[in-house]
Amino acid sequence: MAVGRTHAVSLLGLDGAIVEIEADISAQLPKVVIIGLPDAALGEAEHRVRAASVNSGCGFTHHRLTVNLSPASLPKHGSGFDLGIALAAFAADGAVNQDSIGRVVHIGELGLDGRLRPIPGVLPAVLAAARAGFETVMVPAGNADEAALVPGIRVVGVASLRDAVIWHGGRLEPQPVEPLIPPTTGEPDRDRLDLAEVIGNPDAIEAMQVAAAGGHHVFLLGPPGAGKTMLASRLPGLLPDLEPDAALEVSCVRSLAGLPVGASLATRPPLEAPHHTATPAALIGGGSSHIRPGAAARANHGVLFLDEAPEFQSTALDALRQPLESGVISIHRANAVARFPGRFQLVLAANPCPCGQYGARDSECTCAPYSRRRYLQRLSGPLLDRIDIQLRVQRITAAQLRASEAAERVSTAQARARVMAARSAASSRLAATPWSLNAHVPGSFLRSPAMRLHPSVTAPLDRALERGGLTMRGYDRVLRVAWTVADLAGADRPTADHLGQALYLRKALSS
Amino acid sequence: MARKDELGRAGEAIAARYLERAGLVIVDRNWRCAAGEIDLVALDGAELAFVEVKTRSTLAFGHPFEAITAGKHARMRRLAAAWCAAHPGAYAIRIDAVAVIAPFGAAPSIEHLKRVA
Repeated sequence: MAVGRTHAVSLLGLDGAIVEIEADISAQLPKVVIIGLPDAALGEAEHRVRAASVNSGCGFTHHRLTVNLSPASLPKHGSGFDLGIALAAFAADGAVNQDSIGRVVHIGELGLDGRLRPIPGVLPAVLAAARAGFETVMVPAGNADEAALVPGIRVVGVASLRDAVIWHGGRLEPQPVEPLIPPTTGEPDRDRLDLAEVIGNPDAIEAMQVAAAGGHHVFLLGPPGAGKTMLASRLPGLLPDLEPDAALEVSCVRSLAGLPVGASLATRPPLEAPHHTATPAALIGGGSSHIRPGAAARANHGVLFLDEAPEFQSTALDALRQPLESGVISIHRANAVARFPGRFQLVLAANPCPCGQYGARDSECTCAPYSRRRYLQRLSGPLLDRIDIQLRVQRITAAQLRASEAAERVSTAQARARVMAARSAASSRLAATPWSLNAHVPGSFLRSPAMRLHPSVTAPLDRALERGGLTMRGYDRVLRVAWTVADLAGADRPTADHLGQALYLRKALSS
Repeated sequence: MARKDELGRAGEAIAARYLERAGLVIVDRNWRCAAGEIDLVALDGAELAFVEVKTRSTLAFGHPFEAITAGKHARMRRLAAAWCAAHPGAYAIRIDAVAVIAPFGAAPSIEHLKRVA
């Protein structure tokens, strides 16, 4: 009777901590005791491990098995510890080589037949194992592709507990089984949505390119049928491919959320469009013992689109203020703080009033002025403060439809090329600063002597400031957007024209 | 006698021989009272062991030890107390379990666990 030892990973948010699994067999009546703050799913590991061990022909101890998950004070959740617990128990029994299992991190849930089930969160868990200096990780065969996305660690995919025991030197004959593969849900290919499908509204198409180039948050205001959703869902297509680090982060969050990850890292920015009944927890993430990522974390490095924004709970919208400010979502609970990345581009869409017709050229608004004002007031000032582009979109007319048939329309590929050129211009200009996108640059930097624009260029802006038509914060926002417009146009510095265009891009609410 | 009872009797005899060979002195066998029956009472040096014997002919329905449940435990404690009340004296006592796996036509295998309760 000895002690078997191996390792697994406990996830809190995207951060993984290495957990040592110790198993001790003592001369007592049969019983399995799991200690070290397991949650309900982990507490049930006893039954899965026992049945899987017996059914895969490995046998299970007839004595008392004590499993300790260390550090003992760290709360652990989920079923990913099953494989480690089973192997540590076998090592305590002398059925597998202790040295062999001690060097490996084991992640996987056991089925009662002894096969290994894929689990969510394998990618961040393997990443944590690699960062902790482990050289080998054993995962369910169904997660092997996902785990192999992490560089610098050897991934062993096993289909069953029996295979795992054989790999660790157990004397058993291999028994081929059908590995359990996670279901792959076919997701709509968003990149097939092309910008060229948007008819009319050339201003809005240009505005989406400005938003993509500068990373600016966007607010679209317009009557139903004006194409707000159409525009917003085409924004991710305009963004450049993800950098390797960002791709890993996006795939990690997908893995944690239980979404299929596949055999390659996500290369395209994600789009999340939660329904307006979403709660704050659905939006930023939540949960008591097992903290899960919300829509904002899943939209990291991509676009978070909130359609019918005023219909959202105001608490849900205001919960976005922290990630908008810091790019990090922290979720505080009594026993832990989970952190998720939250660098998304926010797109809000709203009708101008409850009936939706206010300001439309072709129909009459039936709302009382009071209810109209109340409607948009649901979007709090601090939230709108962080949105650089505020654009009014109109329903297109028959004349515009005819005109657009003749006119050449910008395709997504063309727009993305423009956006990438503008982004590289901005990042080379901002190379010496901590920022890389215009949207992140503070106004004080843009007004500093090196960046300040000629007074003749900023004259209309200065006049607006003097008249009180523009606040200082609004002034900075216009400057930021003007730089992006200039980058898109290939200009060194914004001209009066670029500034005028930037002013136009924030007039939805003031007009 | 039913076959399972026969197996149980045989198992108890095997267990008793095993314990005697291990140096224990059998003090009492199949002691009955209102609360139930103690399979074996044996003296191990100065310590008195109340022994529950479980016998199986195969492992198809689990190991014999797995049949010793929490309820069985509690009954063994009550029975030990009853035995001590019926045999006044000062003893250091413990409760043991013996598993006998006796396949037909093969040598039985025996396992003895001390202080299980």
